[in-house]
Amino acid sequence: MYLSVRRSAAIVQRARHRAPGIRPVSVELCLAVFAATFSIPFFWLVTSSLKTYPQMIAYPIVWIPSPPILDHYVQTFQIVPFARYIGNTMIIALMTVVGAVFSNALTAYSLSRINWPLAKPLFALLLSTMMIPFPVLMIPQFLIFRNLGWLDTYLPLVVPAYFGYAFYTFLLRQFFLTIPVELSDAARMDGAGEFRIFWNVIAPLAKPALATIALFQFIGAWESFLPPLIYISSKDLYTVSLGLAMFRGEFTSEVGPMMAGSTVMIMPIVILFFLTQRTFIKGITLTGIKG
Amino acid sequence: MSRVLAAPRRARVSRRELSNFAYGLLFALPGLIGLLTFVAYPVFASLYYSFTSYSIIGRYRWVGLGNYVNLLTLDDEFWNVLGNTTYFVALSVPLHLVVALLLALLLNSRVPGLSVYRTLFYLPSVVPAVATAMLWLWMYHPTNGILNSLLDVFGIVGPNWLGDRAWAKPALVLMSVWGGGGLMLILLAGLQDVPQELYDAAEVDGAGWWPRFWNVTIPFLSPHLFFGLVTGLIGGFQYFTQVYIMTSGGPARSTAVYSFYLWENAFQFLKMGYASAMAWILLMIVAACTALVFITASRRVYYGGR
Repeated sequence: MYLSVRRSAAIVQRARHRAPGIRPVSVELCLAVFAATFSIPFFWLVTSSLKTYPQMIAYPIVWIPSPPILDHYVQTFQIVPFARYIGNTMIIALMTVVGAVFSNALTAYSLSRINWPLAKPLFALLLSTMMIPFPVLMIPQFLIFRNLGWLDTYLPLVVPAYFGYAFYTFLLRQFFLTIPVELSDAARMDGAGEFRIFWNVIAPLAKPALATIALFQFIGAWESFLPPLIYISSKDLYTVSLGLAMFRGEFTSEVGPMMAGSTVMIMPIVILFFLTQRTFIKGITLTGIKG
Repeated sequence: MSRVLAAPRRARVSRRELSNFAYGLLFALPGLIGLLTFVAYPVFASLYYSFTSYSIIGRYRWVGLGNYVNLLTLDDEFWNVLGNTTYFVALSVPLHLVVALLLALLLNSRVPGLSVYRTLFYLPSVVPAVATAMLWLWMYHPTNGILNSLLDVFGIVGPNWLGDRAWAKPALVLMSVWGGGGLMLILLAGLQDVPQELYDAAEVDGAGWWPRFWNVTIPFLSPHLFFGLVTGLIGGFQYFTQVYIMTSGGPARSTAVYSFYLWENAFQFLKMGYASAMAWILLMIVAACTALVFITASRRVYYGGR
């Protein structure tokens, strides 16, 4: 009873919660100005992709395409095999999502739910690797994959995902720690082994965190640029980002398809974002825990 | 069961420990293999490469500190990219923090349509880097871009953003601030964890807006701001895609940043040893910056009594 009163008090408090009060009217004005500024690029992207070329370069500027045309979208898919690149990237992204979820969940389970002496030092080691920039690791990784004969295949892009990623392991570990130890202990009493506890107790409870990892990994793979740039040379195997970058190199003047292609590349991410907004925001917020 | 009970106590404990160790290792295996193969080995391998001259084809030839000496004393471009990167980081990281904090403060009020604003401010940060680069390339177009068209409305002749040595770097900074919504969300969550009682108490004591902000809000947000600072620093040194797409380091190498030159050395000029030396210098710089931030911040960061 007391607890629930306290809880509802906390909820009420949160509802009226505010930082040092800035006057509401000026807040609304500031928000509106920022909102307008932040939307300009999106507005410009979509309207540009729908304009005819003369409208694009007209002076004074044509704000709203009239009439809106879809020619640039058609061209995007004709100039380069963009549909193929979307398919390629989808395959890579989904394959890495599976790997990232499993490998990081297993590793995080070991570091948070099993009481063994290396859990702490290993976690510390993992944390310290989080600050190593990719360019530092890029050359030796490239040489490893070259020696394996994996250049110009998806293996260098996909296989590492099956061997953990410090940041995701960290996120999942933090989440696993919030699950009461008693749940594992009870399962152990009932004779469940570690794999059963992992699969039947922890994994179902950690679904939101696992979904966050899947989401981050999908987006990461979708937008990844430097690794495909290094590893993929056949145009048939290009990813969306490499395909889009081609408009910059070989078809410099094709602003229309550039904008249409960018819109196409952004669209799945935006849709995914709106469908999973809660997971998304929770995940990002989780990132900042304890700095 | 009866066998376990009959066993001596000590043996039972160690057996449990043994099984925990085995399972711990087994579950950690994917991460452990990854850590060794894709992080630990590369870090040390690149240290070795950095002492050699190696160009993909051919053999590793030991050159001792030659690459480092060349970089630091003979290669003007190295100092140029280091300067450009420092400029970029020094400008974009604080600006990013300030804007994220400002947006979070604004969003932490009771204005209608908050979730719409939040979505809008966050959305740019999920836009893929290549698409961002394409889009801003066209925004920054000197005659047909929207930026100069807007300035034109106010009678201002805008610069040739990406074509002008003086404006190219600020243009990249501005673009990076647009995509910085992730930190805003983190700060917003942090703001909602500040106990209201503290504000009330400060208000009772007659503290104005600034004292309340400075003495209550900032200490509570300091771990998150600290996180933003460290990740911003590391991210700044990795900045690559936008430069590759938008400027290729131009005009006159004014936007050539560290990672871009590293990539050029490794994969354009095929100077793998030389690039590895750059990689190690980068690692030292990042480690030094992070350590510095940790040391100076440790006294200022407040972890809520933890």
